Amino acid sequence: MSHHKVRITVNGTAGEDEIESRLLLVHYLRDTRGLTGTHVGCDTSNCGACTVMLDGRTVKSCTVLAVAADGADVLTVEGLAGDGRLSPVQEGFRQCHGLQCGYCTPGMVMAATGLLLENEAPDDTEIREGIEGNLCRCTGYDMIVDSVRWAAANGGAGEAASRHVHGGGALTPDEAGPAPSGSQPAPVVTP
Amino acid sequence: MGSMVGAAVVRKEDPALLTGRGTYVDDVRLPGTVHMAYVRSYLAHARILSVDTSEAAAMPGVLGVWTNADLEGLPPNRSVPGMERPCLAKDRVHFVGECVAVVVATDRYLAADAAEAVLVEYEELPVMASIAAATAEDAVPIIEGTASNVVLEQVLSATDAEEELAAAPHRLAIHLRNQRCAAVPMEPTVCLSDWQSSGLTIYATTQTPHHMRNEMAQMFGLSQQEVRVVAPDVGGGFGAKASCYPEFILTAELSRRLRRPVKYVETRSENLTSMVHGRAQEHDVEVGFDDEGRLLALRVRITQDCGGWPDATGIGLPTLTSFMSGGCYKIPVIAPSFRSVVTNTTPVGSYRGAGRPEASFMIERVVDHVAAELGLDPLDVRRRNFVQPGEMPFATQFEGIVYDEADFPGALDKVLEHVDYPQLRKEQATRRDDPSASLLGIGFSTFVEMGGFGPTPLFEQFGYVGGWESANVRLNVDGSAVIKVGTSPHGQGHQTAFAQIVADELQIDFDRITLIHGDTATVQEGIGTMGSRGVPVGGSAVMKAAIKVRDKAARIAAHMLEADESDVELVDGEFRVKGAPGKSVGMGEVAVRAFKPHLLPDGFDLGLDETAFHEPQNLSYPSGAHCCVVEVDRDTGKVRIARYVAVDDCGTVINPLMAKGQIHGGVAQGIAQALLEEVSYGPDGQPLAGTLVDYTLPSAVDLPHYETDHLVTRTSFNPLGAKGLGESGATAAPQAVVNAVVDALSHLGVRDVEMPCTPQKVWRVLQQNGS
Ligand code: FES
Ligand code: FES
Repeated sequence: MSHHKVRITVNGTAGEDEIESRLLLVHYLRDTRGLTGTHVGCDTSNCGACTVMLDGRTVKSCTVLAVAADGADVLTVEGLAGDGRLSPVQEGFRQCHGLQCGYCTPGMVMAATGLLLENEAPDDTEIREGIEGNLCRCTGYDMIVDSVRWAAANGGAGEAASRHVHGGGALTPDEAGPAPSGSQPAPVVTP
Repeated sequence: MGSMVGAAVVRKEDPALLTGRGTYVDDVRLPGTVHMAYVRSYLAHARILSVDTSEAAAMPGVLGVWTNADLEGLPPNRSVPGMERPCLAKDRVHFVGECVAVVVATDRYLAADAAEAVLVEYEELPVMASIAAATAEDAVPIIEGTASNVVLEQVLSATDAEEELAAAPHRLAIHLRNQRCAAVPMEPTVCLSDWQSSGLTIYATTQTPHHMRNEMAQMFGLSQQEVRVVAPDVGGGFGAKASCYPEFILTAELSRRLRRPVKYVETRSENLTSMVHGRAQEHDVEVGFDDEGRLLALRVRITQDCGGWPDATGIGLPTLTSFMSGGCYKIPVIAPSFRSVVTNTTPVGSYRGAGRPEASFMIERVVDHVAAELGLDPLDVRRRNFVQPGEMPFATQFEGIVYDEADFPGALDKVLEHVDYPQLRKEQATRRDDPSASLLGIGFSTFVEMGGFGPTPLFEQFGYVGGWESANVRLNVDGSAVIKVGTSPHGQGHQTAFAQIVADELQIDFDRITLIHGDTATVQEGIGTMGSRGVPVGGSAVMKAAIKVRDKAARIAAHMLEADESDVELVDGEFRVKGAPGKSVGMGEVAVRAFKPHLLPDGFDLGLDETAFHEPQNLSYPSGAHCCVVEVDRDTGKVRIARYVAVDDCGTVINPLMAKGQIHGGVAQGIAQALLEEVSYGPDGQPLAGTLVDYTLPSAVDLPHYETDHLVTRTSFNPLGAKGLGESGATAAPQAVVNAVVDALSHLGVRDVEMPCTPQKVWRVLQQNGS
């Protein structure tokens, strides 16, 4: 099995690794870089649990060889929340109960973020079509649609994703500040 | 202090899960971990002639290859005595996907390479991949040592109701199929076993860590204390993760042998043939009724396809179907019976609703058939047969099956507040006359199911120690609280719901309450999360433990206030003396005092730390009324859901936001069963849907917007008044949709369309009936 040296920037942090040529990007992120937020839900590129942004476009990271991402800039779910705050999409999912078990969620959040970068104000049909490649078995999708609509009305794709797309790199860990914690005040919302 | 129970609080679980900081089993990293991969059978029924592991064993990174012969003495998975499935197939394979050998290597890619290099020689045996084939004249028993593929037969009534059926003014025979479905949690099965000298730790995708601990301890001859099972974040389960899988036992055994942590990560392709399937029942029904549509007698013969090996949970499912076969109707005689048939397919176990959706589908289709036969409105037939609210609790003819408080007609009235039924009927008629318009169909499902499983005598039949749940509530010296609970949520939001319950009982800040679950080392005892028992049984245990803490806190407060305990009350987070509003101590001060022996009465037990068990007196019975409006395209047969309205009565609602999520998710799975999903096999036992796309797992464009509402009839069967909600949607939806599809076509004389109502099937029905 041949090995290659790759340089891949993930969430603003550059990395140089010696990897096997057949290593999938999703396994590179999870196993080599230790970023386990990106999930694997299938082996036939159907589920979207592995969705990340690669040089400004959302991709299913199980369909990309890590060697093919040499020199690229990757944004994963771990890189979305800046300054201790959830991104608008993450916050939308939280406010509208767009997740249950959370397994599809990182991919779903990345897909929704990608959608909002392309279309700032999608209608419900456009939202459904935009996340069609991401499967969720828990929610029945309706509250995910609510979540994305909420995000569109409250800041869109968010700063980290915009910076990823429009250059300037992702937020560095310093800029990002502490990750949001579970003990944030929980506002009471009306469904 | 406002009540937290009933508030739509956003979840405590979410910040971690939304930022990629959840911990699922595959995220757990232990140094030195090696990876296990299976060699699976590609044939549905065959004798294993030889397994050549030599090439695989010599491959780079491979630590070993094992077959059944190498695992002498390893106990099989518990099931029906005499029909236990060995972890690795012994002499024969019973279904495509059955495990034949395992490989362990240093890396998961290398393990997969080596598994491919294992050569298995088979001799093909006749394949019986359907109930018909497995029960045919020339069928041979699949399980060695059995006389027939019908492995269990049971009659659940004293009569076969023939007399009543014969005497009824009308009689109908109906055949119904509840097709085989796959649960498909987005996270497949994953486990990581680490056998140390101090004992065995297993991280596993399970809904029942304590049960698994007990089983593992028994299998390996360890004390329960030496086994630790951890179910960290679990990515959905839907009942299928309540079964015990060979990989749990194998990774443990191989970790023991290799002295290294062994991890197994199932692929989705494996998952579709390896994780238990659900439903897979056929019903032969006879119903007797009068001119007004009053049901007089019902006979149901259930045939359960149990797959290649009876599953410990799966084997009990047709019993639940039998118990629920009367639905929410008063039928003088019900005569259910069932037979369980082994076939050359993946084993069948529980899937969201587990036995009750099959019953609900059957009786709700029967009611619509009766209405069609008599030319009556299906709602009138329902109303004439409902058990009335004044008759609750209602003892069915089955011993111990007693419906709790409910209002079946009230739920139907409520769903009708959301839809203009007469207007829909008018529109239906107009469209029928307009060949360019799609056909409109309106379907109802007035359902009742079982929630809040146990009680213990029932749960013992599924192999559990009990049907109770256990909780511990501790108030720390800083006034924060920790709950430990034996349920094992995998998306249900117990962290939030149980904190809401404790916030109310102790009147402390919701944000200062933490939940610990899913780890047998930290949670004293538990049964798990399945059977819609989280809130009614787990939540009741949490409530009881919190009340015990509050009572003890009140004793401390009374001491501090120099008052009699009976005069002390907790108001707005402070203990006060009744009639003396000036004197009070906060819960925080009481928490500190609980750790100061010198400031407490002599001999006072320190701390505020209480454990409680809740044993449900009985099951609870969530019910409701759902309405589905469909449009059927005359040219393509495609069914579009125009509206889906769900009124659910789960008793007390802890969190309306999460309740909505549970209903949506369940309804989505029910709609998917009605319209899209089916696990089917060729006659050779080859699965026809090997990927998520072939299985047509629905995406966001396949499912509609749902409208939800509640009718709240508290149950008296538990202190919270909650009935459970996790399975209602999946139980109610399939027949609401199918009734609507059949209704759309009823003017053509169509009485039935089998699930899933795919465009092809509906189109064919349209063609055959001269649309
Ligand atoms: S893991 Fe399913 S699409 Fe990538
Ligand atoms: S939240 Fe569980 S799969 Fe989407």
